[in-house]
Amino acid sequence: MTAVTTTPARDGAGDWRAALPHVAPFLGILAVALLLPVVGNDYWALIGTRMAIYWVLVSGLNLIVGFAGHLAIGYVALLTLGAYTTSVLVAGNVMPAVPVFIALPIAAVVGAIFGVIVGLPALRLRTFYFAMSTLGFATIVTQIALAWQSVTGGGIGIPGPELPKPFDTAWGFYFLCVAIATFTTWLSANVARSRFGRALIAVRDAEVAAESTGISKPKMLIAIFLVAGACAAVAGGLFASLQTYITPDAFTFDLSVLFFIAILIGGRGSILGPLLGTMILTILPEIAAPLAAWSTFLYAVLLLLIVLVMPGGIAALLDFRNRRPLASNRAIVPRPAALAEIVRRSKGGRQLSLRGISLSFGNVKAIDGLDLEVAPGQIHGLIGPNGSGKTTTLNVISGYYAAKAGTMTLGADALPPGMPALRAMRGIARTFQTPRVIGEASVLQNVMIGGTVEGRASFLEALLALPRNRQDEKMLAAKARALLGVVGLESLADVRIDRLQHSELRFIEIARALMLDPDFLLLDEPAAGLSNDEIERLAELIKAVSARGTGVLLVEHHADLIFDICHQVTVLNLGRTLAAGTPAEIRVHKEVVSAYLGG
Amino acid sequence: MLSSILVSGLAAGAIYALVGVTYNTMFSTSRVMSFTAGQLAMLGGVFGSMFMLKLGLPIWAGFLLTLAGCAIIGVITEFVAVRPVLKNLDQHLYVLSTLAVALMIQQVAAIKWGTEPQPFPKLVGIGSGIFDEKFWLPVLACAITILGLEYLYRRTLVGRAFVAIAEDNFAARALGLPERNLRIASYALAGIIGGIAGFSGGQLLLAFFANGALLNFYGFVPVALGGLGNNRGAIFGGLALGLFQQAANFLVGGIFSSVAVFTLFIVVLLAAPQGLFGGATARRV
Repeated sequence: MTAVTTTPARDGAGDWRAALPHVAPFLGILAVALLLPVVGNDYWALIGTRMAIYWVLVSGLNLIVGFAGHLAIGYVALLTLGAYTTSVLVAGNVMPAVPVFIALPIAAVVGAIFGVIVGLPALRLRTFYFAMSTLGFATIVTQIALAWQSVTGGGIGIPGPELPKPFDTAWGFYFLCVAIATFTTWLSANVARSRFGRALIAVRDAEVAAESTGISKPKMLIAIFLVAGACAAVAGGLFASLQTYITPDAFTFDLSVLFFIAILIGGRGSILGPLLGTMILTILPEIAAPLAAWSTFLYAVLLLLIVLVMPGGIAALLDFRNRRPLASNRAIVPRPAALAEIVRRSKGGRQLSLRGISLSFGNVKAIDGLDLEVAPGQIHGLIGPNGSGKTTTLNVISGYYAAKAGTMTLGADALPPGMPALRAMRGIARTFQTPRVIGEASVLQNVMIGGTVEGRASFLEALLALPRNRQDEKMLAAKARALLGVVGLESLADVRIDRLQHSELRFIEIARALMLDPDFLLLDEPAAGLSNDEIERLAELIKAVSARGTGVLLVEHHADLIFDICHQVTVLNLGRTLAAGTPAEIRVHKEVVSAYLGG
Repeated sequence: MLSSILVSGLAAGAIYALVGVTYNTMFSTSRVMSFTAGQLAMLGGVFGSMFMLKLGLPIWAGFLLTLAGCAIIGVITEFVAVRPVLKNLDQHLYVLSTLAVALMIQQVAAIKWGTEPQPFPKLVGIGSGIFDEKFWLPVLACAITILGLEYLYRRTLVGRAFVAIAEDNFAARALGLPERNLRIASYALAGIIGGIAGFSGGQLLLAFFANGALLNFYGFVPVALGGLGNNRGAIFGGLALGLFQQAANFLVGGIFSSVAVFTLFIVVLLAAPQGLFGGATARRV
């Protein structure tokens, strides 16, 4: 029915060949859609048109449900809104009538605005609240359509917009809908393949890590709410035209369920899957006519089955590439020497300093008046017993906790407490005690996430696949591949990351952090779970990173690693500094030896 | 007009509050918000009308059968939609699985019961005008339910076990509490509370399949206002919502009362995401 041409021709034949397997299914569906008039009658035109209209809505909604992971279950409300806006504007019963091709864009704008309003709760709360707010919106929109008789005609309804020639025949209208559906597919594919699409999935699956790479969740979500709202409203306008006459009864909650379930059947983070899902669910009641009354019940059963049995949906079934077994004897062999060509040398000169930082959880003082200096190009070890405040210190620096007292400065600038999403812009990158990765994305995509703030194209440029976005993509992909080479994992670039081993994830997190060309790199127990060989390679890698001018703050329990590579060591106990100095000094420090190292 | 706002607001508010308590009862033992809460209340009305008007059973039998039916639906929900997804609660699959069950309930009700609102019989026959039983019955039911729940949670062993599970699931299991059985019991209890809401509000809302979706939303607003799992918050939130909605209804008209409620919902969620009586957020890193 629809297609995307994801790679423009001028990018060269090589890119075309790489993109072909992704684009081919869409082209195939478009070809079938274009051939439909040859074999089908008007009945098929109706079904095909309905499919295309539903897909216009679902392609936008897919960004919210499939990519951002927010369960918008009441999207029929925006379809209703678009249908009534278009119909009322064309009928002219409120203001002078406007032509349908002006009414549709106006409806798109109205839909975009309401898409954001309905989505507002999702900015602060997840899942059930957002599901409820869309459900509530669906309820009240129907009530308003019934009650606001002077505008909507109440229960009697109003005529849908009539289209001018050549779109006034069944097939003419069909081709218009297919063209619009193709366009929205292209838009949503552009978003999905850009750094914005990856950021959406990152916020969905690894929100904390996404913040540390500088992804702003509210901005991202508002952008896609605008797109999805506009798509839904345009679909509504077309739907009204298809119905020729609309009443509130035409917009049952069943439609919402259809849209929503089409995406889940299709699978999260895919475009082809939901497209097939939409087609299947549109045809299903037609070929099983006696079951038409039970269609919602069937959808509900399908939904339950998918959730319980096949959470990946159609997309997971079609993902052949990730079923090939991986080599079992793979080793991580970093090549730190290559760093010089990839990572920009840190400007240096700026110190990261903490002065008198205090933070307590209830009555427990997690950090109690901590001073810390991390110099550029130096490796600073932070050690201490469990619960001494090491990770908490990292979390204060990267903004997940706001300290109750004390100041942080980066060079001459104050580092504001809290606001983790702003750290990446200031050149602070980090890894996590338990690796936080986007399980459903490939290794390469996971690393590319680290460079999100480096992209220069705006969301609009990404939406329309303008040149700057393509440059961003090329730059990020090349850099991510190179960094995977540095950590020795380039052979796994295209594998789904949740198939990898724990130790590999540790190195991938470092590669992701290096995407930022960080001035400061915070490592939270990077050696935990690694073999001795791997720890040695990790040590070489960390030394190479600091040699490029990056200041490294290393939280670790492996005392050998700390004493091997650190220039400075701070020992924490109960949130206070127990000792600070060079590794040689710390190794013989009496209290440290008795409290921590054991002697 | 003030008196009409008060009585109809309190009546609707009591129903919303009870649905809110239904949400909380399921949430307390399973950490799951279930879309079946509103459907249970809808079934309270439909079952009541079916047993008493269609089958001609006496009121007490109709009442008990209604509650039993709702309790069974509650337990089925636990088995089908809650237990299988508890293992990975962080994926929020329960939103989908309970939605699926709610849709099935609604669709079966629509087909087997019909899509037209049907009458609900008078139960007591005391009072008229603003003292009509359709107004005071929900309030009374709400008060009795709250007192009953308070007694259960504070004075009985089972009730304390509920509280323990709600407070700290792991610790309660470590103490040897039969977590799974208590969860099933809480879903049955939620079914009964939802059934009471629908039964007592039957004359106000009628036996209508679409009440389920409506009550899902209007019953969730008090939960959002009061904070998840907070019954007192849900009662205050419910009554406040009912009064607010009816005041808006009488003052600015039907269209805008639902808009007003929706706006209130969004504003509260943005201003106080944990609810007005809610606790602190969980640790993230």
